[in-house]
Amino acid sequence: MTAAALRLANVRKSFGRTEIIRGVDLVVHERERHAIIGPNGAGKSTLFNLISARFPVTSGSIELKGEDVTGLRPFQIQRRGLSRSFQISNIFHNLSVFDNVRCAVLWSLGYRYSFWHRLSRLRDASDRADRIIEAIGLSRRRATPASVLSYAEQRALEIGITIASGAEVILLDEPTAGMSHSETQDAVALVRRVTEGKTLVMVEHDMSVVFGLADRISVLVYGQIIATGTPAEIRQTPAVREAYLGTEFADA
Amino acid sequence: MKTLFSRSRLLVLAAYLAVIVIAPLLSPKGYWLSLLCQIGISTVFALSFNMLLGQTGLLSFGHAVYFGLGAFATIHFLRAMHEHSFSFPVTLLPLAGGAAGLLFGIALGYVTTRRAGTTFAMISLGIGEMVAASSLMFPGLFGGEAGLSSNRMTSPGWFGITYGSQLQMYYLIAGWAFLCILGMFALTDTPLGRMANAVRDNPERAEFVGYDPQWVRYLMVVLAGFFAGVAGGLTALNYEIVTAETLSASTSGIVIMMAFVGGIGHFAGPIVGAALITVLQIVVASVTEAWPFYFGILFTVLVLYAPGGIAGIVAEHKRLYDAGQLGRVLQQYLLGLVPFALCCLGIVTLVEMAYVLANSSEPGNAPLHVFGVTLNAARPLGWAPPVIAVVVGGFLLRLVARRMASRGETVVTSLLQRQA
Repeated sequence: MTAAALRLANVRKSFGRTEIIRGVDLVVHERERHAIIGPNGAGKSTLFNLISARFPVTSGSIELKGEDVTGLRPFQIQRRGLSRSFQISNIFHNLSVFDNVRCAVLWSLGYRYSFWHRLSRLRDASDRADRIIEAIGLSRRRATPASVLSYAEQRALEIGITIASGAEVILLDEPTAGMSHSETQDAVALVRRVTEGKTLVMVEHDMSVVFGLADRISVLVYGQIIATGTPAEIRQTPAVREAYLGTEFADA
Repeated sequence: MKTLFSRSRLLVLAAYLAVIVIAPLLSPKGYWLSLLCQIGISTVFALSFNMLLGQTGLLSFGHAVYFGLGAFATIHFLRAMHEHSFSFPVTLLPLAGGAAGLLFGIALGYVTTRRAGTTFAMISLGIGEMVAASSLMFPGLFGGEAGLSSNRMTSPGWFGITYGSQLQMYYLIAGWAFLCILGMFALTDTPLGRMANAVRDNPERAEFVGYDPQWVRYLMVVLAGFFAGVAGGLTALNYEIVTAETLSASTSGIVIMMAFVGGIGHFAGPIVGAALITVLQIVVASVTEAWPFYFGILFTVLVLYAPGGIAGIVAEHKRLYDAGQLGRVLQQYLLGLVPFALCCLGIVTLVEMAYVLANSSEPGNAPLHVFGVTLNAARPLGWAPPVIAVVVGGFLLRLVARRMASRGETVVTSLLQRQA
């Protein structure tokens, strides 16, 4: 058994008096593709926001590769090798596609807050950015400002920014949301390609994507994980069928 | 790959260098030279301001703090040199201003950059007021109402340059301005410079690519403080007197206008804005007492109709030119020129008449001479010609604008077709 890439212990989150995440325990193994599914409002996105430190947890602890990262700021988590994407594209609108990705590689290459390096001369940063732009299929749009990209292109850029730092743990929040069937297929192929050899945690609504991609699945219902297992195991779990999957699951 | 000094950029740089070297030789008048000096100082100040607004998305209402404190530090240094008779090359003295700006940036920036957006703007306003108030509270440090003065001619300078003449002073300003412009431009091509843009666009995402947006903003404020301080140092040397006005809210306001009028979206925008506003301030002020009024009109119209400033207007027309549409648009402009001029003339006449009337000492007689015609502002009928000019001009301008709008659509569609 490999070490845990990510370990959540009794994580809770309340907004005011409403508890959204009600004691989540979750172990994500290294290099596995782990999907989190659940009905709307189950708290999937909130869980992502807790893991990536967008919100502080109310109680409980989060470990990343064996290190306690509870209470750190987002950029500190990022620097420790966990990177996330957003459900609604969260990009640098006025910067070109190239600059969007290059910004995301700078820290991991050690340039930090440098104002003594000439950015355009940093071959390692440009080369890495260009490789990623090619991987996400946006080479033709390299110089285009991010704000004028199409929806699907912005989604691809979102993934590009997320993987650019070379983080070993990748969190993808609904990478195929709002896409047509063919776009979804492209996006799945992209996710598969760029997360090769990495730990992937994803929230996804499209069951065909989930069952096609995930090694293991956790089912989140009302802020609690009611089951975790391989796709085959999840299919068999009666509680899951009742709580969430229903007919949709039967079709998958 | 574009590098910092590609051939076209070197060309622009060389042309700019030529302009600043030759400019003072164009007219022997002292007036011209002092105008150029002021433009040089304003350019550095406005560019340093735009490091915050244009590049980092921080609207500062208190940027004069760094400019003013840089100026006071420099004048103190100069006075100390005279008093304790030690020597330091005056050529390098603007660095004293820069150091002061940097240090105050380190101290004050820590407070101001805790938050972005409106909060930053408000805190910068508060700190600006605080520093401006202390300048009057501590007359020992700031010289009170009269300010502090000194003499920039100290020990024999390098190669016998003493900055005794205004021309030497001009070249000192030009040299430092050129260095500062290069420095600030180089900064746009660094990891910090690009991350400042990223933080401006989306601070949250910047955090999720490993950067602390607060730290990015802080460093930019500190560096902008340095350049503003250098500009302050130059102003201290140029005028040999520094008053509380250099760090007042009105100075902070002027620099916002310079950056905005020139265009905050382009590096060169504030350079153009600084030159234009300085010229307006000095030239228009020498023609009419009502200059702040015109200035207000210009600023309002520009922000309303060209939020990208002059640089934005140029960029837009460059796009039209690239699409081969510039000629058609220029024809429309030509058509609008006469009504526009008529309208402007009417407005200016109205403002001047109001001014003459308000300052008239003789009841019933407030004459204004326009193009050899005398209008009496004290009589209602005297107001008729400018009112008619504004109404007719405005009406015609509207017609042209409508025509342009409908033509504009065809321009836009053909632009889109070309892109597709």
